[in-house]
Amino acid sequence: MKLKTLITATALGLIMAGPVMAIDVKIGVLNDRSGVYADLSGEGSVIAAQMAIEDFGAAEKGINVEIVSADHQNKPDVASTIARQWYDQDGVDAIFDVPTSSAALAVHEITREKDKIFINSGAAASEITGTQCSPNTVHWTYDTWALANGTGSAMVQTGADTWYFLTADYAFGHALERDTMAVVEAMGGEVLGTVRHPFPGQDFSSFLLQAQASGAKVIGLANAGGDTVNAIKQAAEFGITQGGQALAGLLIFITDVDALGLQTAQGLVLTESFYWDLNDETREWSARFQERRNAKPTMVQAGVYAGVLHYLKAIEATQSTDADTVMAEMKATPTSDPLFGEGEVRADGRKVHDMYLFRVKSPEESTGEWDYYELVATIPADSAFRPLADGGCELVQ
Amino acid sequence: MFELLGIAPQALFGQLLLGLINGSFYAMLSLGLAVIFGLLNIINFAHGAQYMAGAFVAWMLLTYLGIPYWGALVLSPLLVGAAGIVIERLMIARLYHLDHLYGLLLTFGLALIIQGLFRNSYGISGLPYTIPTEFQGGQNLGFMFLPNYRAWVVVASVIVCFGTWFMIEKTRLGAYLRAATENPTMVGAFGINVPRLITLTYGFGVALAAFAGVLAAPIYSVNPNMGADLIIVVFAVVVIGGMGSILGAILTGFGLGLIEGLTKVFYPEGSAVVIFVIMAIVLMVKPAGLFGRTA
Amino acid sequence: MTDQTLERTGTATGERSMGMPRHHLVIFAGLLMFFLVAPFFLYPVFLMKVLCFALFACAFNLLLGYGGLLSFGHAAYFGGAAYVSAHAAKAWGVTPELSVLLGTGSAALLGLVIGLLAIRRQGIYFAMVTLAFAQMVFFFALQAPFTGGEDGIQAVPRNMLFGIFDIAQDRVFYFFVLAIVFGGLLILYRIIHSPFGQVLKAIRENEPRSISLGYQVNRYKLAVFVMSAALAGTAGATKALVFQLASLTDVHWTMSGEVVLMALIGGMHTVFGPIVGAAVIVTMQNYFAGFGAWVTVLQGTIFVIAVLLFREGVLGVIGRWLKKPM
Repeated sequence: MKLKTLITATALGLIMAGPVMAIDVKIGVLNDRSGVYADLSGEGSVIAAQMAIEDFGAAEKGINVEIVSADHQNKPDVASTIARQWYDQDGVDAIFDVPTSSAALAVHEITREKDKIFINSGAAASEITGTQCSPNTVHWTYDTWALANGTGSAMVQTGADTWYFLTADYAFGHALERDTMAVVEAMGGEVLGTVRHPFPGQDFSSFLLQAQASGAKVIGLANAGGDTVNAIKQAAEFGITQGGQALAGLLIFITDVDALGLQTAQGLVLTESFYWDLNDETREWSARFQERRNAKPTMVQAGVYAGVLHYLKAIEATQSTDADTVMAEMKATPTSDPLFGEGEVRADGRKVHDMYLFRVKSPEESTGEWDYYELVATIPADSAFRPLADGGCELVQ
Repeated sequence: MFELLGIAPQALFGQLLLGLINGSFYAMLSLGLAVIFGLLNIINFAHGAQYMAGAFVAWMLLTYLGIPYWGALVLSPLLVGAAGIVIERLMIARLYHLDHLYGLLLTFGLALIIQGLFRNSYGISGLPYTIPTEFQGGQNLGFMFLPNYRAWVVVASVIVCFGTWFMIEKTRLGAYLRAATENPTMVGAFGINVPRLITLTYGFGVALAAFAGVLAAPIYSVNPNMGADLIIVVFAVVVIGGMGSILGAILTGFGLGLIEGLTKVFYPEGSAVVIFVIMAIVLMVKPAGLFGRTA
Repeated sequence: MTDQTLERTGTATGERSMGMPRHHLVIFAGLLMFFLVAPFFLYPVFLMKVLCFALFACAFNLLLGYGGLLSFGHAAYFGGAAYVSAHAAKAWGVTPELSVLLGTGSAALLGLVIGLLAIRRQGIYFAMVTLAFAQMVFFFALQAPFTGGEDGIQAVPRNMLFGIFDIAQDRVFYFFVLAIVFGGLLILYRIIHSPFGQVLKAIRENEPRSISLGYQVNRYKLAVFVMSAALAGTAGATKALVFQLASLTDVHWTMSGEVVLMALIGGMHTVFGPIVGAAVIVTMQNYFAGFGAWVTVLQGTIFVIAVLLFREGVLGVIGRWLKKPM
């Protein structure tokens, strides 16, 4: 005990003396590298993390950062096995990204158990900072509540006040549907019906026809990934959007729009927290990203960049990699980065910033590659996310 | 307005028609399985992967060589069928003297390989394949908007299914086939090259799967997993129909498509399992299947 | 599996002690020694995974290797039991040994229901029927309220053993897993070498003859089906506690395929083969995880090679060399 104090004291003395001791940090980027989310997270997130380390100038500041990455195949069991092994054996200090709610929740629980740090960017589950919140997790980019709130309220405000839901029949789909329905009804809109489709589904025509027959102004797609893409394609095939009904994608990314093509995706309304063409800073960063990745960044990749940056700042400030110390610093200091602007990490781990409502341009409106979105509305940070008191997180009194 | 269980009859017709479209895929795939099973006595687990390969080859032909849909509809089954023939000669042919289960295991392994290779090369996000211009748009039937392409799928599959049935049941070649199924030694003694007949049959069955894959490409995104889950449903279709007759496989396929379509209206949550439930019932009442011969 | 000419396992004569041939005793003792020492050198979570899958593969092989029935739906019992055990531990706070028992019991029950229908068909039909039923279980697991859908049941606690002993640490929990798996393996060994096991082999080799000898063939088939399902359930229930997670992967049909592969490459007419197969596959998945879909390709390739050239499996070949059935 005495010895330990002595060493700590010496270390402190050294730090105060000026020349900073080198700190070794190991971060893991765990995401989908082969499946449906590989384009929106995948290697791009690793590049984003790498860029954060370079932009921060970690090496000059005496922080040696090593990145490891792995493919969790969107499966909670694979994710938990890798996370366990990273923490137990490989000395990883923090895990980033982790799309797919089920996998994210698995890493979330293991990080809590092993007392490390988890900064999620890719997953949507609002439970991460709600009923299952943990002192070890920051949820950076978005969540189901923010998506539902953005798309739901904005569409009702523009007069699209009758809804019909096409919902993937599993926990995630139900959550998305529940959150959006609450928003639509709170804004004075009406939900005419819902239909649950098997997950994963291939043929949505039957469900789309039921949605069409309902006469609702908006068909809300409470599903994700391949299901959403297929539903949108088939809606175009059955002439649903031409018939005057609008499609609202509740979880859709710029890479999905890219895959669908503007011809099919035009008119779709969606909520994201980042778009490369928002301002000069996002354009500059995205151009650098594109040089390395040959695609524009998604909000998930942007979130990994900003998360790593904030994490490294906290390490620099505290000169420590201890999870509790670093987390306290991250929550105490406001966030600031070129991609999400000013923001904060709340007590429940929710990172808040502005969200944006976009409409997908038609092929005629688009001026070039990756020019996909038209900004419809900005949802200010203070109303973009679930109020702190409503989440049921035990970290909030 | 007259309503049946809360569903307008117009909507019901629409859903039945959609069920029929899905049924066409079940019919074509279970037909391919039945043809292969009839002569080779193996269950071709790679059928789903070959269906997927058919769709992918169509996509590749378009993307790399600029060959449009109609060319792909002919070329893709030929190419995939030829690959099937190679597989049969190199691998499956070595297993005929063994228990049929080994054929199932072998083709299962093949399915894993094929799917894995496509996943490595193309990811699983799915690739777009646009509907050929001839079939853009659709017809307003009054009770529903029917995309032209879907109508074509039903027509094409009925033609292919009927053609196959006619060939096997009514032509001389079909007679050889049926005879070889019953007694290969005897047919061989009549101077017919039975091994070659077997090889061609496997190639034909695989080509049927690939044909279904090309038909499916513009509707669903072209995706390495598109056949994996479908094949299990088709297995259930095959168990329900029994392996006795070609016509049985076709009728069961279309019929179950219709039933599944109805389930999507009345109890959408159950549409993924309805076929398996029917299978359980059929097994209890008629273990050999609806059209099967008791073996 | 008619290519198998002679089944020598049960008829092995020669030196025996404690009712088993001496070399089997040696193997059991060697395995036990290895697994007692291993956690001090290897990552315990990885070893526990190997153990659980070894039991799963052996339970499956009881049906395939000795009952001659190829089930393509064993994930249903493995995963179903995982869900039950995880739910019991998490929602009811049940002790680990009781969780495993509950999982085993529910798998046995599920095996009874599915088995009653499945044994009406044989050969490839049997395989397809079991696969289809497993797919039903999969959809149930996806949609039932208590399974957590795609999330699975997460953060499953490792409760006190018998309500008193704290075994939450990986290294301690390891020995709990080891005890269960070895218990399961011994039970399987007894079943195979009992008169019941002999009748099973008779049925596998020549069903009509067994019927004519007066055996109620279907009862035997159903019994072995239920036993196999129950022990597969034990493995799944234990695995859920190891990873503190029950997920859809456990009930997906690829899991059913994996266990077939384990039995096949280890040697499906051997007692110990599936253990080897499980170790090989789990190790491969663990260390090749970085290669993504290539793991699937590799598994498929092993499948094809094993079927074409290597039908006896690793231990089948070794057993033939040593002239001692494994």
